[in-house]
Amino acid sequence: MSDIIGLIFIFIGLTFDVFGCLGLVRLPDVYNRLQAATKCVTVGTCSILFGTFLIMGFSAPGIKALLCMVFLVLTSPVAAHAIARGAHRSGIKLWDGSVIDKYKEDKEGEI
Amino acid sequence: MKSRIILFVLAIFIWLFLSWPPDYQHVIVGVLVAAFVALIMGDFFIQRPHRLKHASRYWCFIFSYLPTFLWEVIKANIDVAYRVLHPRLPINPGIVRVKTRLKSDTALTFLANSITLTPGTLSVDIDRKKGVLYVHWIDVKEKDVEPATKIIVERFEKILKKIFD
Repeated sequence: MSDIIGLIFIFIGLTFDVFGCLGLVRLPDVYNRLQAATKCVTVGTCSILFGTFLIMGFSAPGIKALLCMVFLVLTSPVAAHAIARGAHRSGIKLWDGSVIDKYKEDKEGEI
Repeated sequence: MKSRIILFVLAIFIWLFLSWPPDYQHVIVGVLVAAFVALIMGDFFIQRPHRLKHASRYWCFIFSYLPTFLWEVIKANIDVAYRVLHPRLPINPGIVRVKTRLKSDTALTFLANSITLTPGTLSVDIDRKKGVLYVHWIDVKEKDVEPATKIIVERFEKILKKIFD
């Protein structure tokens, strides 16, 4: 039974990972791509790891999968945050269709 | 000192999980490594250890923060999937400024991470002195500070204020 549920989780995870990759290709600039990459890839990969845990149970790979989930949720938003800030500071512009950029207004003249 | 002990216990648990199933060689090396890490990094880990004693904070974290967070994450994923699969790519991006009343480091980290994993928003930078977050929003509905704060920050701020402040 837990095998089947685990496989369902792995399937959901793969689907969301594919959506994340599609977002990387289709969306126009760094910031929008980061959005797709962070959200979908975090949840997709967590789901795959949780499926692995359900199939393997409390054995060596299962426990490691759980640990990886925790660290993934903690670190992946921080990485996205750092990349977005670095990109903006090094002068990468927002997509032409962007409506507003408060960050640029506030950081004018500051490097 | 308290902060060092907490870090030591945490590090040893992570080590044990990493080297599951535990046997005595792993445990000895783990104790040494965890003690070393706790000795060096202990002071930076937790500033105010007495906060860890309040049991209500843990209950609030488990029963109030986690369900909200999970629900928002699922919504965020469906939202991204919809935007990516839609043939005309319905996005309207921009960076807005939002305010927060949270003060402590941990609370701000959790808030920024929660914002990043919730629908359509990605925190770009933070200004602690002014209590301001810059948030990249994939579908800008409000350009002003107050209404944007209401939409993006408020649902997490209430919960995090109870847990961390």
